[in-house]
Amino acid sequence: MKLILKRLLLALPNLVGVIVVTFVLTRALPGDPAAYFAGAAATPEAVAQVRTQLGLDRPMFEQFLSYVSDLAKGDWGVSLATGQSVISELKGRLPASLELTLFGLVLAVSVAVPLGVLAATRPNSAWDHGVRALTTAGVSLPTFFTGLLLVYVFYYKLGWAPSPSGRIDAFVSSPPTVTGFYIIDSLIAGDFTALWASIKQLILPAGTLALFVLAPLARMTRASMLGVLSSDFIRTARASGLTPMTVLYTYALRNALLPVLTTLGMVFSFLLGSNVLVEKVFAWPGIGSFAIESLVASDYAPVQGFVLSMALLYVLLNLLIDLAYTWLDPRIALEG
Amino acid sequence: MDMKHFKYVLKENPVTGFAFVLFGLFVLLAIFGPLIAPFDPLDSNAGEPLTPPSAQNWFGTDSFGRDIFSRVIIATRLDFGIALSAVLISFIIGSSIGCAAGFWGGWLDRVSSRVADTIMAFPLFVLAMGIVAALGNTVGNVIYATAIINLPFYMRVARAEANVRRNAGFIEAARLAGNHDVRILAVHIFPNILPPMMVQVSLNMGWAILNAAGLSFIGLGVRPPEAEWGIMVAEGATYIISGEWWVALFPGAVLMLAVFCFNLMGDGLRDLIDPRRRT
Amino acid sequence: MSPETIVHADPRAAANVPPPLLAVDGLSLEFRTRSGVVRALEDVSLSLQKGELLGVVGESGSGKSVFAYAMLGISDAAAKITRGTAVFDGMDLLGATERELREIRGREVSMIFQSPRTSLNPIRKVGHQIEDVLRRHAAVRGQDLRERAIDCLKRVRIPDPARRYEAYPFELSGGMCQRILIALALACQPSLLIADEPTTGLDVTTQAAIMDLIVELAHERQMATLLITHDLAMAAQYCDRIAVMHAGHVVEVGPAQVVLHQPQHPYTARLIASTPHTADSIAAMQPIPGSLPDLRAAKLPPCRYSARCEYRTERCDTEALPVVPIDATHSVRCWRAAA
Repeated sequence: MKLILKRLLLALPNLVGVIVVTFVLTRALPGDPAAYFAGAAATPEAVAQVRTQLGLDRPMFEQFLSYVSDLAKGDWGVSLATGQSVISELKGRLPASLELTLFGLVLAVSVAVPLGVLAATRPNSAWDHGVRALTTAGVSLPTFFTGLLLVYVFYYKLGWAPSPSGRIDAFVSSPPTVTGFYIIDSLIAGDFTALWASIKQLILPAGTLALFVLAPLARMTRASMLGVLSSDFIRTARASGLTPMTVLYTYALRNALLPVLTTLGMVFSFLLGSNVLVEKVFAWPGIGSFAIESLVASDYAPVQGFVLSMALLYVLLNLLIDLAYTWLDPRIALEG
Repeated sequence: MDMKHFKYVLKENPVTGFAFVLFGLFVLLAIFGPLIAPFDPLDSNAGEPLTPPSAQNWFGTDSFGRDIFSRVIIATRLDFGIALSAVLISFIIGSSIGCAAGFWGGWLDRVSSRVADTIMAFPLFVLAMGIVAALGNTVGNVIYATAIINLPFYMRVARAEANVRRNAGFIEAARLAGNHDVRILAVHIFPNILPPMMVQVSLNMGWAILNAAGLSFIGLGVRPPEAEWGIMVAEGATYIISGEWWVALFPGAVLMLAVFCFNLMGDGLRDLIDPRRRT
Repeated sequence: MSPETIVHADPRAAANVPPPLLAVDGLSLEFRTRSGVVRALEDVSLSLQKGELLGVVGESGSGKSVFAYAMLGISDAAAKITRGTAVFDGMDLLGATERELREIRGREVSMIFQSPRTSLNPIRKVGHQIEDVLRRHAAVRGQDLRERAIDCLKRVRIPDPARRYEAYPFELSGGMCQRILIALALACQPSLLIADEPTTGLDVTTQAAIMDLIVELAHERQMATLLITHDLAMAAQYCDRIAVMHAGHVVEVGPAQVVLHQPQHPYTARLIASTPHTADSIAAMQPIPGSLPDLRAAKLPPCRYSARCEYRTERCDTEALPVVPIDATHSVRCWRAAA
C-alpha cells in the first residue's frame, strides 16, 4: 500500500508538467486567442470583452490557476463544430480509441514475445536473422501506409476484411453500452453477431498498430532473454533436471519479461501516437479522428482537450506499468 | 575507429553497406531531383488522371493527372530537409544542454532533466500535433515540433556520456594544463561523445521523417499541392478502396525505404562503435 | 600410452571391490569457437566410489568446471566430446539422450555452484524453487510438497525453515543462499554431488561452515562428492582423494594426504608451494611461473606443463606422455616419475 502511494507521488511531477505544457499551448494560439474566440467579424470592443471574459488580461499565474480549476471541474471548453462540451465529446469517443489501442497491444505482445524467445533460444540461426530483419523493417513502417496496404490487400483484393469504416458493420446494430468496448459489451449482451462484426472491424486497424510496435517489443524480449538464458540460475535449473518448458517459461521468461515491461512505456507512446493515424485511415470514431476533424476545422479547444487527455492517459498507463513492475519484482519492494 | 574494423563490420553485416549506398542515392535525389524528374511535379497534364504505371508515367498519375514518379523524386528534398533541420536543431540544443548538465550538474542538470521528463510524459506524436496546432500550421512549426520531441533523447545521451567523462584522466590533465571548463567541454568532451550521438542522429532521422510525414498525412505542416510523401499517401488513401493502388503505394514505399535506410545505418553505426551493444 | 593404464593399475578391479559409481575414461572435449578449436579436456580418466569424496584441483582454466558440466551434460553448445566414456551407476552418460540425462540430473547427480546468490532465481521464493525440483523428480504433490521443501531446508541446518521458505534470494546472505542451493541439490537424495567451487565468494567463517555441512551430509547419506576447487589445502582437508588438473590434463591422482605431502608432479609441488596454508610466511609463498598454455594452439606438446616446468627435457615436448603408477592408489602423468 505504501509502495502504491509512493508510485503515485512519483507520477505527480509528470502530471504537473503535462498540465503546465498544455496550458502554455493554449496561450500560444496563433495570433490573439481573444480575437480568435471572438470570431472573425468582431469589433475591437467585442474582442476586449472576450479577453476579460477569458481572463486573458489577468496575470499569467492567475490564469494558470483558473485553467487548472476549470480542468478539475470538467470544463475543457466547447467544440465549435459540434457545439458540445469537449469533455463529453472525448468521453464518448475514448472507449473506441482505447479498445483499438489495447487490442493492438495484445496482438503485438502475443506475437512479439514468442518471436523474441524464438530468436533468443536460437541465436544466429535463420530465425534470429529473420526476426532481426523483421523488427528493423517494423519500426520503419509508416503506420498510415501499412494500414492502407492492408486495406488494399484484405478488403479490395481478397475481400476478407470489411470496409474500413468504423467500429461495426453498418447493418449490425451496436451492442447496448456498458463499458463502451464493443467486444465486451456484445459479450455482456450475449450478442455474438455484434461480437463477430466488431472483431472483424478491429483486426485490420489493430494489426496495423501491432505491426508498428512489434519491433521494439520483440527486440527487447530477445535481448533480455539472451541475457537471462546465460545467467547462473538458469544453469542451476538445468542442472536440477527441470524440463525445458519449466526452464524456459517459469525461470527464463518471467525474468526476461521484467525489462520488457519497462519498455512498454515507450511502446505506449508509439501506440497512442500512431493510433491517431490509424483512426484516420480506418475512419475509426475515436478521439484521434475527432482531433483531426477539429484541426481541419481550426477548432482548437477539442485539439487541446485531445492532447491533454492523451497525455493524462499516458501518465496513467505509465503509472500502471510501474505498479505492475512493483507487483512482479519482489526486489523493488525492499528498495521502496 | 580504424578502417580494418570498419571493413570487418561491413563484411559481417553487408546490409549496413547497402544502407550507406541507399543513403547516398537519396542524397543525390534530394540534390539533383529537379534535374532528374521527367515532369514538373505540379503539372497536371503529365498524363490522363489516375492512369496506372506505364512507360510514360513510371509510377502512374494521380487524380489531377500529375506524374507520381516526378512528385516522389521532388519530395525527397522537402522530406529530407524537414527531417535534417529538425534533427540538427535538437542535436545542437540537446547535446549542448546535455553536455553542460552532465559536466556541471547542479540546478542546470535538475531543470534540464525535468524538462526532458516532461516532454517524455507525452505520447510524442501527440505532443507534436499539439505544438503545431498551437504555433500554427506551417512547415517551420513542424520542424520545431519534431525538434522538440526529439530533444530528450539527445539531452540524455549527451548528459550520460559527459557525466562519465567528467572525471576521466585526460579531462583532469586538461584541467591541470590550465584549460577552463568551457574549453574542456568544447575541445575534450564534445568530440568524444560524437560517436554515440551519431548513432542517435541516424536512428532519429528515420523517426523524424516518419513523424513529419505523419503530421502532413493528417493535414499539418506541408499543404497540397506541394509534393511531400505523407501528403501523397493521404491523397492516395481515398483511391485505395477503389483499387487505384499506385497513388498511395509509391510515395509510401519510398518513405518506408528512406526510414528503413536510416534505421539500418543507425544499427550499423552502433555495431561499428560498440559491437557489444548489438541487440 | 593408452588410458587403460589407470584402470589396470587400479587393484580394486581385481580385488573384488564393487564397480565405481562414476568411471570416466579417456575423456577428451573441445570447444569449437570462431577463433579456433579449444582443446579443453584431453584424456581425462577419473573414478569415484560410492560415498567417496574426490577433490579436483587446478587453476582457473584448467578444465575442472568443464569436466563437471560434461558429466551433467550441461556443457556449452560449442562443446564437443571427441573421445572417451563416462559411466555413472551403469549408465553411459556421454551416449545418453538429453531426455535421459534430465531424468538423472537433480535426482541421481546434483550440482552446486559458486556465487550462490546469482545461482537462484531472483524472483521466485526459494521454497518454490525447491518444490520445482521435488515436483519434477519425486512423486510429491499438494500440501506434502511444502512440507518436504521445508524439511529439505531443515536438513541443511537452516534456522526457522518455514519462514525461509517464503524468502527471496536477495533477502538472504551468500552463505544462506548456498545452504538453499545445497538443499535444492540434495532434495531428491542424489548419490553423487558435484560441488563447483562452493565456497568461493563467501567469507572465511562461512566457507568452513559450508564445507563442514557438505562433508557431513555426504557421510550421512553415503553420497559420493566431487569437490572442484582451486584450493589444494582445502581439498586435502576434506577429501579422501585428490586429482590435480592442469590445462585439460589430469596430472596427478592419489590419496589426499599422499598428494599433499609427497607430490610427484612438478605442478602439484608448485601448487602446494603457492598455497598460503602451507607456507610459513608470505615470503615463502612461491607463485607458479608462466601461465596456462593457449589451448587453441594447433600443436600442443604432449605435456602441457612443459613450458612452465623446471625439469623439462626434450622428450617432454616430443613423446606421448605415460601415466605412471607410483603405487596402487597414486599415479602421475610425467616423464620424470617414469625415469
